[in-house]
Amino acid sequence: MNSTLGFIAMTALLAVPAVSALLLALRSSYHIGARLNVGAALLCLLAAIILLGARPEDNLYLRVDDFNIYLIVLNNLVSFTTSLFSAGYIGHELAIGRLTPKYLRFYHAMYQALLFSMNLGLLANNIGLLWVAIELATLVTVLMVGIYRTRAALEAAWKYFILGSLGIALALFGTILVYLAAQPVMGPGLPAMAWDQLLIHAKAFDPALLNLAFIFLLLGYGTKAGLVPLHAWLPDAHAEGPTPISAVLSGLLLNVALYAVLRFKMLMSANPEALAPGPLMVAMGLLSLLFAGFMFYRRGDIKRLFAYSSIEHMGIITFAFGMGGPLANFAGLLHMTMHSLTKSAIFFAVGHISQVKGTQRISTIRGLTATHPLIGWGLVAGVIAIAGMPPFGVFMSEFLVVSSTFAREPWLALPLVLGLLLGFGTLLWRLQGLAFGESQGANNPSPPWVNTLPMLAHLALVFIAGFWLPGPLVVWFQHVAALLG
Amino acid sequence: MHSLEFDIAHFLAGGMVVISLLLLYQDRLYALINVFALHSLALALAVGWQAYIQDAHHLYVTAGIALLFKTIFIPVALHRIIRKLGIHRTLEVVGGVGRDMLAGAALVALAILVMLPVTAGADALSREDLAFALAVVLLGLLLMISRHNAVSLVIGFMSLENGLVLAAAGARGMPLAVEISVAFSVLIALIVIGVFLFRIRERFDSVDMQAMDAFREERRR
Repeated sequence: MNSTLGFIAMTALLAVPAVSALLLALRSSYHIGARLNVGAALLCLLAAIILLGARPEDNLYLRVDDFNIYLIVLNNLVSFTTSLFSAGYIGHELAIGRLTPKYLRFYHAMYQALLFSMNLGLLANNIGLLWVAIELATLVTVLMVGIYRTRAALEAAWKYFILGSLGIALALFGTILVYLAAQPVMGPGLPAMAWDQLLIHAKAFDPALLNLAFIFLLLGYGTKAGLVPLHAWLPDAHAEGPTPISAVLSGLLLNVALYAVLRFKMLMSANPEALAPGPLMVAMGLLSLLFAGFMFYRRGDIKRLFAYSSIEHMGIITFAFGMGGPLANFAGLLHMTMHSLTKSAIFFAVGHISQVKGTQRISTIRGLTATHPLIGWGLVAGVIAIAGMPPFGVFMSEFLVVSSTFAREPWLALPLVLGLLLGFGTLLWRLQGLAFGESQGANNPSPPWVNTLPMLAHLALVFIAGFWLPGPLVVWFQHVAALLG
Repeated sequence: MHSLEFDIAHFLAGGMVVISLLLLYQDRLYALINVFALHSLALALAVGWQAYIQDAHHLYVTAGIALLFKTIFIPVALHRIIRKLGIHRTLEVVGGVGRDMLAGAALVALAILVMLPVTAGADALSREDLAFALAVVLLGLLLMISRHNAVSLVIGFMSLENGLVLAAAGARGMPLAVEISVAFSVLIALIVIGVFLFRIRERFDSVDMQAMDAFREERRR
């Protein structure tokens, strides 16, 4: 009974966005489009919540297990709140003529297609299917980034397309190598590409092939996760696309790419003779963290600034998982969740800000708390949270990362803390200019407070997580942290 | 002593590497596209031969896709695009042909040195195929970074994908899902790229990526 219900929910997670993408492609009305978009995202969220209680049986293509279930819920939660934000945001873009009704239809269809591909990636039990899902997500987001058709948007989309495809190509080569490692042990055919089967047999795989495969996979999916030195596409894509897409890109798609890396890391850990993936991930994580810290200083565009902050946090998460062990993995999972919620809240605030000020240039945005108190203070809360100040959830996870590093590798803690402080200082310094002081430039009226609900809801969740995590969540984090090894 | 089957597979996969090297020094757009068509033809033959010796019928589909889609359809479409845009001029190679060829030769050596020891356990056929496939992938990357022109970037990317298909075909019994997805991705890639080429033309009056780079520098300041 439970597994039937689970199967229906799992199918709904894929079928709902797929069908709504088709429907939305046919309707160009803003009201119907935006409502259908929100409704479909809500249905997916409900399906994801049902999956928490009712697990379907695994098959060779799809699977719900302890690791992906939580990310599925998070993914659909943030997609839902973003679809609410997007309804208000896109309405404004239509009103000022930045987006025409023709592109609106396209935008909504692509939003659902992106939701479909991310759900598929998370649900996939097949390394080939996972690859297809991430490839689809890449192509969809490329089209979304270029939607404004300005020179800058096209350039950003083109750059993203080329770098994203390269990453995808390297990841496919890695996937083929994993299959080649599995095939002599498990025989040809589909089981040799299924996660659960691969994990059981990983001990017997040829370690040398597995090592080579992991390097390709880390470079490939690492490009999609925005790890330095493969990050070049990320700031442009975030800055030039519509803001709801920046929120989904930062909050969710980076997570999906990282999830793929972690799955393969589990495979590597299951084979005692294979290369330890930890040091590679620690190095890339630290590099991303420090690099992003230095890049904060001279950013002129507000969305570009927060895009670098996403690189920083992907670095912290990769670092935590690279360290491994129950505590660091716990911190990594918590940080993944907190970063998704906080960063999308910040992008919601930034979306409102760029609409009331009519610009994304930091130099022309001043004194927001005085002119637009709600979004101004929303931004302040979001930036304080993302910089890692108490009492927000990000502080907890960063504290855990730092303390577990001190306990095990004190020397690594030095650059880690340095990077964290660097990001902390610069972000707060930039925030001061944005939020306080004398107001400058155009001041359009604030959006109705209802539109800021998604931002407030995310900030409230992150605030609560700062001092209280629900018991089942802690148990789940601990369990998965142990699985990750 | 290797069998005739092995020799033919070896010849075809090796042929792809040689054609990849040919791609590196083409200095006219039409010639580049024609050599790419030849590259895809070699791929179709190599995959078809793998289908025959592995007795894997689904690979014939992959070979068919490579033949129809990549050898005929895409080159013809690209020819048309270039005629329409009027950009059939000489290409500039960033670092000079000599340097590119040297780098290419080094990459082929690297691919063989990396792949052969690692796959010591696998059967000779997939080993050699995989080494050649990696060489084709790396040469595709080199082509992508050594050209500024949007069309040559696209060709570089597609030759890279050809290398991936070769690798997938060489892996015995790899399920069809992957091959179709690769073909599918190329299709989407072409649509996206087609859109981009026209848009780029619309906005920049050229498909030279340097124009875009120059623009970016301006904006950053």
